[in-house]
Amino acid sequence: MSRGNQRWLMGIWLFCTSLFSCSAWSDTQLNLTKGVTAVSREVYDLHMLALYTCTAIGVVVFGAMFWSMIFHRKSKGAKAADFHESTTVEILWTAIPVIILIAMAVPATSTLIDMENNDNSEVTIQITGSQWKWHYKYFDQDIEYYSVLSTPREQYENQNGSFEGNGALKGKDYLLEVDKPLVIPANKKVRFLITSDDVIHSWWVPAFAVKQDANPGFINEAWTNVDEPGIYRGQCAELCGKDHGFMPIVVEVKSSDDYDAWLNEQQALTAKAADAEKASLSASMSKDELMQLGETTYMAHCAACHQPTGLGLPPTFPALKGSAVATQGPIAEHISLVVNGKGMMPPFGKQLSLKEIAALITYERNAWGNDTGDLVQSSDVKAASGE
Amino acid sequence: MTTDTINESLDDAHNDDHHDHKMTGIKRWLYTTNHKDIGTLYLWFSFIMLLTGGALAMVIRVELFQPGLQIVEPDFFNQLTTVHGLIMVFGAIMPAFTGFANWMIPMMIGAPDMALPRMNNWSFWILPFAFAILIGSFFMESGAPNFGWTFYAPLSTTYSNGSTAFFVFAVHIMGISSIMGAINIVVTIMNLRTPGMTYMKMPLFVWTFFITAYLLIAVMPVLAGVVTMLLTDTYFGTSFFDAAGGGDPVMFQHIFWFFGHPEVYIMILPAFGIVSTIIPAFARKKLFGYSSMVYATASIALLSFIVWAHHMFTTGMPLFGELFFMYCTMLIAVPTGVKVFNWVATMWRGSLTFEIPMLFSIAFVILFTIGGFSGLMLALTPVDFQYHDTYFVVAHFHYVLVTGSLFSIYAGAYYWLPKWTGYMYNDSLAKWHFWCSLISVNLLFFPMHFLGLAGMPRRIPDYALQFADFNKWVSIGGFAFGLSQLIFLAVVIKCIKGGDKAAAKPWDGAEGLEWTVASPAPYHTFSTPPKVD
Repeated sequence: MSRGNQRWLMGIWLFCTSLFSCSAWSDTQLNLTKGVTAVSREVYDLHMLALYTCTAIGVVVFGAMFWSMIFHRKSKGAKAADFHESTTVEILWTAIPVIILIAMAVPATSTLIDMENNDNSEVTIQITGSQWKWHYKYFDQDIEYYSVLSTPREQYENQNGSFEGNGALKGKDYLLEVDKPLVIPANKKVRFLITSDDVIHSWWVPAFAVKQDANPGFINEAWTNVDEPGIYRGQCAELCGKDHGFMPIVVEVKSSDDYDAWLNEQQALTAKAADAEKASLSASMSKDELMQLGETTYMAHCAACHQPTGLGLPPTFPALKGSAVATQGPIAEHISLVVNGKGMMPPFGKQLSLKEIAALITYERNAWGNDTGDLVQSSDVKAASGE
Repeated sequence: MTTDTINESLDDAHNDDHHDHKMTGIKRWLYTTNHKDIGTLYLWFSFIMLLTGGALAMVIRVELFQPGLQIVEPDFFNQLTTVHGLIMVFGAIMPAFTGFANWMIPMMIGAPDMALPRMNNWSFWILPFAFAILIGSFFMESGAPNFGWTFYAPLSTTYSNGSTAFFVFAVHIMGISSIMGAINIVVTIMNLRTPGMTYMKMPLFVWTFFITAYLLIAVMPVLAGVVTMLLTDTYFGTSFFDAAGGGDPVMFQHIFWFFGHPEVYIMILPAFGIVSTIIPAFARKKLFGYSSMVYATASIALLSFIVWAHHMFTTGMPLFGELFFMYCTMLIAVPTGVKVFNWVATMWRGSLTFEIPMLFSIAFVILFTIGGFSGLMLALTPVDFQYHDTYFVVAHFHYVLVTGSLFSIYAGAYYWLPKWTGYMYNDSLAKWHFWCSLISVNLLFFPMHFLGLAGMPRRIPDYALQFADFNKWVSIGGFAFGLSQLIFLAVVIKCIKGGDKAAAKPWDGAEGLEWTVASPAPYHTFSTPPKVD
């Protein structure tokens, strides 16, 4: 081998290794997950069966093609035969695939019957999708909450990282992390009732092999029974608008005891929140406090559409900066809009506390040079939302 | 049109003396009723659309090159994926096949022209308007459609960005154009076959277009219906797809896919026809199992009407629905398999040479079959719950549409370019086009299988870090594939300008009436019907 050739090969080798040596490469997954439920393992086996069958057929068919391309070429003096019909062969290669298909359909049918059997569940949770968050409601437990993406905006907007080296600034669970995960017990059949408040979403956790569309106005069923406690991540799988890529699902599976403890804790929290809500009615917050809480609330719940700058994305998402509602209109109307929603805008009354709404309205009426000087307190929100 | 030009074209129609009475300049193309001119218009239009839709895909791939939002906003990203899909399906693949139909069907069945030449002109010339509206919506205040090319309600109705009306109008025009084109194909094939050419003597190419045209006539009105319901839901207060008014958003998907699944075969059956013409020519051996090929094509077309809900396994169908659609979908693998086996048997013990049309055809058979395999996997409902709406599906349909339909279009273009232009294409440039496309297209689409299996949903502008490496490779493949298509543009322009003179039949193994006329094909061919025994 000549020196020049060696240098070339060295260069190619260096280029290839540099491409493959990325830090994240080790996390790259090639195949479907086996998952953590009996059903997900059946699904995985079915996937492998189909994959091996296709590979085998591919080897035979492509093998015959390549054989013919290598040995039946004109440049090798091949003379064309003149057969062009054979009923026997046609029947044969109709019948054999039918048999192979039946062999695949049998396990597929039994797995499917399993997956669609929603009977005898021990826990039932209603899952509601909305643009762009999930809401979980535990039946008979008086527990319900929203679950929203918790990856900071700076990370996915590449702030202070820009194009180069932005991987380093992103967290391990980038775009797959939420503020409050769904919590379910291990080794119990958990049934999900899935629906939507606006457009179609799809609730998908690969480790459970559960993917079910959330259709507005209809309720779909799905179930799972997870063996091992742990944290499992998924994403919305149906295009649902602008932030479809930013509504992950995180499920925390807890052992039976831990789950019960968690339930008690949540119920205590719910009671405490109700007390705080009552207390906030008589309390009065300073402008600084309101603006600070308002900004946090705004960034978490409003900035996706109305943008951190308050400029919105017109015409779909109107600007708040200098808008009539946030600067000239009566405060009560502004509150009602946030609490009850309008058109594409979802209602936030159920989702935010009175205090948060009060802070939010104050923030919107004073940020970005809106400077109305209006201060809104929890009691104002209560009064305006007409409860 | 002035009286003079009407008289002139009437004269044209009754003229047997082989003089070209074409007008000059732009008028020739605007007023033309000649099937070859219209075929050329369709082919150029589809190539321009391919480059336009490709340019949108390039922006998508730049955005997905690295995690994080790089150059476009999520809403604009959705506009890009939507319009990319619509342009490629309705603007690139379908018109390209109509172009082939126009050029080749009359020449293959020994007819002087298409049966309805004026409608032919109209069905082409409304297309540019449809796409001007669609692409123009990018520059309007609302932005372009952003609800995916499948435009699921209510994202495309109550929650749309205001582009729904433009979108619906554009789709209506495309639909009218397709229906007229299809009627023309059916009428031509039924009435203008030269004496002696019975149905079972027609080239398989003609058969596949005949069946495709019926599919189009059957399902394009369904598409027109569903977009009209979308329009009235959005602007006139109906509630077809709104549960609050007694409608059902899933019904939208049933109607859409009742159109959408046959549509898939509309984009692949003509490809079968092209490849079934080319493989025998370069294997120097008759097509194996001609009649089984005809029956397989017809079976696929019929089955395509009863499998639509396999796109909807996760919508909450009852168990029996899921089983029915799973079995029917698996059944499609049988006639499709017959086709692949017949192509292999045609090559078997042939006398093969590997000119560019043959290279593209062989690549078609292998890569389309890979797309078919992933299709079979997707048919299995339980596993579809994992694959559905992931990059595995994106990989699947790009294998059947790009390395399937598009590669067959390239194969056909290289095969008939000598007949169309009168010159041979530049062989080494064409080889570059083939090999660059083949390598880059696999780098582009094969890793998408892995991304989907690892859990990356489709239609997202940003992704979790474990998907980063494959996305980088996919993007590199995408840029390379995009650039490679410019080589084809160079080949075609060179070939039109000149090159080695093409003989009437430049391929020694080719068969069919189109090779009995000179190259380039005269403006009018077969004014007297040729003889076929």
